[in-house]
Amino acid sequence: MSWVTRTLSSTLGRKLMMALTGLFLILFLTGHVSGNLLLFKGDGGEAFNIYAKFMTTNPAVKILSYLTYISVIGHVIYSIWLTRQNKKARPVGYGVSKQSGSSSTASRNMGILGTIILIFLVVHMQSFWYQMHWGDMPVVTIEGEQYKDLFSIVSFAFQNELMVIGYVVAMAFLAFHLSHGFASAFQTLGLNHKKYSPAIETLGRLYSVVVPLLFASMPIYIYFTQS
Amino acid sequence: MKLTIKVWRQKNAADKGGFVTYPLDGISTDMSFLEMMDVLNEELSEKGEDPIHFDHDCREGICGMCSLYINGKPHGPLQTTTCQLHMRSFSDGETITIEPWRAAAFPVVKDLVVDRGAFDRIIQAGGYVSVNTGGVPDANEIPIPKVVADEAFDAATCIGCGACVAACKNASAMLFTSAKVSQLAMLPQGQVERKSRAEKMIAQMDAEGFGACTNTGACSAECPKGISLTNIARMNREYFSAAVSSDNV
Amino acid sequence: MILDSKIPAGPVAEKWTNHKFSSKLVNPANKRKYDVIVVGTGLAGASAAASLAELGYNVKAFCFQDSPRRAHSIAAQGGINAAKNYQNDGDSVFRLFYDTVKGGDYRAREANVYRLAEVSVNIIDQCVAQGVPFAREYGGLLANRSFGGAQVSRTFYARGQTGQQLLLGAYSALSRQVANGKVKLYPRTEMMDLVKIDGEAKGIVTRNLITGAIETHAAHAVLLCTGGYGNVFFLSTNAMGSNVTAAWRAHKRGAFFANPCYTQIHPTCIPVSGDHQSKLTLMSESLRNDGRVWVPRTVEMAEKLRSGGIKANDIPEDERDYYLERKYPSFGNLVPRDVASRNAKYVCDEGRGVNETGEAVFLDFRDAIKRDSEDTIRARYGNLFDMYQQITGENPYQVPMMIYPAVHYTMGGLWVDYNLMTTVPGLYALGEANFSDHGANRLGASALMQGLADGYFVIPYTLGDYLAKIGPAPVDADHPEFAKVAKEVEERIQKLLSINGSKTVDYFHKKLGKIMWNECGMARTAEGLEKAKKEIKELREEFWKDVNVIGSNEELNQSLEKANRVADFLELGELMIDDAYDRNESCGGHFREEYQTPEGEALRDDENYAYVSAWRFVGEGEEEVLEKEPLEFENVKLTQRSYK
Repeated sequence: MSWVTRTLSSTLGRKLMMALTGLFLILFLTGHVSGNLLLFKGDGGEAFNIYAKFMTTNPAVKILSYLTYISVIGHVIYSIWLTRQNKKARPVGYGVSKQSGSSSTASRNMGILGTIILIFLVVHMQSFWYQMHWGDMPVVTIEGEQYKDLFSIVSFAFQNELMVIGYVVAMAFLAFHLSHGFASAFQTLGLNHKKYSPAIETLGRLYSVVVPLLFASMPIYIYFTQS
Repeated sequence: MKLTIKVWRQKNAADKGGFVTYPLDGISTDMSFLEMMDVLNEELSEKGEDPIHFDHDCREGICGMCSLYINGKPHGPLQTTTCQLHMRSFSDGETITIEPWRAAAFPVVKDLVVDRGAFDRIIQAGGYVSVNTGGVPDANEIPIPKVVADEAFDAATCIGCGACVAACKNASAMLFTSAKVSQLAMLPQGQVERKSRAEKMIAQMDAEGFGACTNTGACSAECPKGISLTNIARMNREYFSAAVSSDNV
Repeated sequence: MILDSKIPAGPVAEKWTNHKFSSKLVNPANKRKYDVIVVGTGLAGASAAASLAELGYNVKAFCFQDSPRRAHSIAAQGGINAAKNYQNDGDSVFRLFYDTVKGGDYRAREANVYRLAEVSVNIIDQCVAQGVPFAREYGGLLANRSFGGAQVSRTFYARGQTGQQLLLGAYSALSRQVANGKVKLYPRTEMMDLVKIDGEAKGIVTRNLITGAIETHAAHAVLLCTGGYGNVFFLSTNAMGSNVTAAWRAHKRGAFFANPCYTQIHPTCIPVSGDHQSKLTLMSESLRNDGRVWVPRTVEMAEKLRSGGIKANDIPEDERDYYLERKYPSFGNLVPRDVASRNAKYVCDEGRGVNETGEAVFLDFRDAIKRDSEDTIRARYGNLFDMYQQITGENPYQVPMMIYPAVHYTMGGLWVDYNLMTTVPGLYALGEANFSDHGANRLGASALMQGLADGYFVIPYTLGDYLAKIGPAPVDADHPEFAKVAKEVEERIQKLLSINGSKTVDYFHKKLGKIMWNECGMARTAEGLEKAKKEIKELREEFWKDVNVIGSNEELNQSLEKANRVADFLELGELMIDDAYDRNESCGGHFREEYQTPEGEALRDDENYAYVSAWRFVGEGEEEVLEKEPLEFENVKLTQRSYK
């Protein structure tokens, strides 16, 4: 084994990969939520559709999106690898186990939260990302240029109450996942310092509320404004 | 006090084991938890039954020998060692469930006794400064800032009881390993072997079959000595920087 | 028989240097041909095993705990003395030497103590180099404090966990040698007997505590670093597993046992709360700096207190007897350990004890809190107060603490010469297991010093001298003596298991403890000792007829472990009684009521008792024979203590 594979397959290396991919996904979420705020513009989706085209065609964004795919896949694979290790580390469980009070519910259930988010992700990507890339999309013309009308797909999708509820619930899970994941990633990277850690934790709490809230508000907004 | 004691009995490592319930009467609130166990064991012995085996030695909270997972928590409801837990923490009529530490790396030897040799092997992998007896500089030759010495001391107070592993949902030994890595990484005496120490100790920790860290913080919350999570972060840092800069190809 | 202490000739300050030079050396290439057994992995054992392995010897290290790190040295709180004179307050090797001999009430060997003081400075250097986090000043240099009434600040400390930090240092050095393959570690393994071939120690028989396997180990030398025997009293501050078995077996194989009656009783322990009590917890003596010791003035008041008719805080000032301040106006509550302990016993014997069992006195911080504020007291003793509250459930900021003396350390142990060799060639005793350095009483913060001095800096030299003399020819591990001793061990175990009596091991241990505590504890009388000797003999007989040891040998069997240890305590107890009976004087930790000054102080008899009592085992059931090693004092003037 070379030192690279040895390091990355050690417990700490695997954790490092979880943290790096996680942090990258947090960056992605930040970009994603900022871009999607265009949904609130009230211009019939014009700005949103322009943005959607930019995101699917710009070469720099392409690279970023590949990194995102890798991060998602890496985050999932490493989490499975770690979970298997963790299960093996305690083959016989406790009869009685009271873990509340000494750790947060989210921190103990990152795997479950992550799995739910993954399921959401599949549905989400099938609904929009797949459609955008390979689906049969309506087209709009803005200032003489043709754009795939993702906005109408989104608007249509969120006419469905179940879809809206599903999205909101999924964002709640994301919030929990982030509430532990954000600060945890910094801890794994070794960035724990009494000067900065409180700020990181505050930022993490803020982030884990604000971002999922913004995401969740989008289907609700569309549901009520586009019907 | 009248109690019901539900305890894990297992004849030896090969035995499957299971819970056995014993009624117990006449327990004083002034007794330590282990003295309550002594009373139960005296009763069993008088009846000619095999007493419940559990590890204990100093009974003053420092040797780290006592273990016991009591009512769902390592060392019971207080953040202390089992030997320092007293019966006034329980109420009359209560059922107390007692289990051994559960981890693949800590196999059960008998009843509540487990083998924590994995911890010794982690220390043997590098938890020391390689100085032979004699030929060392004067103790005051290298000043160490008080804050650094104090922080190193905080890490060094680990008693190696294994509550961190028992508390962790992943049976991870990160807190234990990081306490020693941290202590020596902070002190000037530990600098020479700093990189190899982190690499070797973590390799051994992995080889013993402990789980990974999810940063839940349960280890530190249940640690009788309150070893801080900052040690784990420091160990991560030590390890990553060693991985990219050591000579170990 | 004449005991040869092998003290080197010459002035005391040069003895060790000269001795090191005149000791034979083992050729570096030959060291790997020698095997050394180290039993016990506390400060003495771990430091010896590590140091010898570093030199190149093959070491086998044994401990009954699950890890060497758990040895009871770990529980020492206060600190470790060293004559560094970092504080520029007049300390020196000679002063530490002088204080130690004087503190030991002139019953220690001058040459040994001088060497101890001499190497004390190296210990601190060694520990710091290992990464032991001693307390430091803001300038980054090591901090010191004055401890146990010493006139100089020579005690190095690591909060209240000095023993732990020093042991972890030694344990790390030991672990390094395990990794190097020079030390083979045998945890959960108990020494059951010593094997001698042609009169020399050549190995041991052990029991694997997990499987019960009886195994033999051969070596060129055997080092016993097995600690003290305070658990003969059942209740002590020792760990539950601390025992005398290894030393006692060696004794019965020919190693003399020295000064068994010298027992140190620590005055500030948490009192016994009931029959269930399994061990006693010590609280740092520093509490006596601010706490005032008292009991009610009258027995009536004490009875009212015990029955709950009155609370301690409601007892008016003139009904309180601050007996230490009253009897010792100049030292007050800070009188030495033995004086404080004995006086607590006296007031409780008078019926003025303050807890339910009648065996406790108050240690009151009311006045200190009034004077200095609760926060100040919290800053000084916070952790001790917390510990007290955790154990007793009472808040010592509001009600006075209750304390009572408890057995803490045993100065006696296997007799050793200047080389730390017992009367069996090739068998050494280090640390608390030997008798050598503390005389009749040990000073605070000196136990850690002695354990590490023996292991790091004495034995590597003195053992080499012996090994060089016997040569590196391998020890015959198949010698019939090994099988013979192993068989004896097995037979004894089978005997214990086959009694199938009606009483548990603890029943006997508690009974023995009571006899020892009452008659051979803080104060002893000839009459009481005679009675105790008879009682112990009877108890021992009853033990071998009526003990019930459950289970089999071939498993982890804690009853069997205990039975085996208690059987030896039952024999040791009698020897302690014999020793206390023989010593018709009071000195240090040995107080015979018949021998006291008019002020109630220990009255030594230097003319007749300035000797080390070394007891020789002559045969099962026979009275042991007393051999005497006269003590000569050339550098220290013998004086009578006074704390008035």
